[in-house]
Amino acid sequence: MPSTRDIRRRIKSVKNTAQITKAMQMVAAAKMRKAQQAALVGRPYASLLNEVLAQAAGRYASFDHPLMEVREVRKRAVILVTTDRGLCGALNSNLFREAARFDKDNTVFITVGKKASQFIGRTRRSLAGEFYYKDNPQFAEARAVSKFAQSLFEKGEVDAVEILYANYVSTLVQQPRKLSFLPLGKIEAVSAGVGAVAETLAPRDDTNLFEFEPDETTVLGALLPHSLNFQVYQILLEARASEHSARMVAMKNATDNARQIIKDLTLEYNKLRQSNITKELLEITTAQMAMG
Amino acid sequence: MATIKLEIVTPEAITFSEDVEMVTLTGSEGEMGILPQHMPLMTQLQAGEVVARKNGQNLFLAVGDGFVQVTGERVAILTDMAIRAENIDEAKAEEARKRAEARLAEKISEEDAALVHASLAHATAQLKVKRRTHS
Repeated sequence: MPSTRDIRRRIKSVKNTAQITKAMQMVAAAKMRKAQQAALVGRPYASLLNEVLAQAAGRYASFDHPLMEVREVRKRAVILVTTDRGLCGALNSNLFREAARFDKDNTVFITVGKKASQFIGRTRRSLAGEFYYKDNPQFAEARAVSKFAQSLFEKGEVDAVEILYANYVSTLVQQPRKLSFLPLGKIEAVSAGVGAVAETLAPRDDTNLFEFEPDETTVLGALLPHSLNFQVYQILLEARASEHSARMVAMKNATDNARQIIKDLTLEYNKLRQSNITKELLEITTAQMAMG
Repeated sequence: MATIKLEIVTPEAITFSEDVEMVTLTGSEGEMGILPQHMPLMTQLQAGEVVARKNGQNLFLAVGDGFVQVTGERVAILTDMAIRAENIDEAKAEEARKRAEARLAEKISEEDAALVHASLAHATAQLKVKRRTHS
């Protein structure tokens, strides 16, 4: 039987925990809004890039590029995008479950985020490259990842590249999503960011008016890797938005649970206090009766 | 006077969107000036400076690599970096350039070298624009 003092101590410690989780929840909420905002400002860039892609692709239908080469898949690379820190619910474990489905022997991993590299190290899978991204992802960071994957593919070290990341569906729902990155099947529109539906490239009738300098092949050849870089950038932004909303929800649950525990403990404390008083009263009256 | 809309877009923001009289930029075939009613053109952009002439005054911007799409009424520049001359921190750019050069002197992998080259081009472009507006 715990004493009233023990219970009081426990209530205090749970209160402290609740305070911390509440603070983390607020921070995550603010960061989530920022991450969503960041994904939105990339939209004009995406639509302009799509326009340029459409024009270039429309001019050159039978375009051939090393990044479009389809080979028999003997070895594949997976770009695994996770968070750097924990306390974000099942976000990372869901991703790891998907990642574990890949064949250990013919898959190499390119990790983005600390949790991913820890996972690869723990499960003894092969690691091709290790990358990190800041709280506000920079385009340069995305480019580094994308370039690395492209060079692996071009050198023939892998025959396909896939990306695994937490797709932002809503504040409450984030799902692991697997995207094929390389080879490029066809020239596709880049996604316009969180929550946006990828538009299809509309064929344009005025493409023939355009003069290309030096020529279409060169421009398109430079555009393709670039649109891939941009795709990775969008994915990093989305992964960050997912992380912060997952953390916000996890911390909200933790705060609610802590409140419930405090309530239960307070009830128990009051009961105990009451019974102590009753016991004392009983002792006093019995003593008085014995005296009298 | 006829104007042409200049739009400079980076993944992080729309840096510039104004009507100007003339745009000078460095394409893959060298420097070129674009006036209103220019014929439709698509080219690659080299890191360097973009000069926009507005109301008879020249505005300078430092840009990274990218793409340029020109239609008769619009010049759209897609790039990974764009900074207006007045926002360039010269000391910072100089430091970045030195750091990039120092790293190039070391032995680094090919991917790293490409990245360093890019940041070197960024820093050099910024310095070029900044020093020019000074003199």
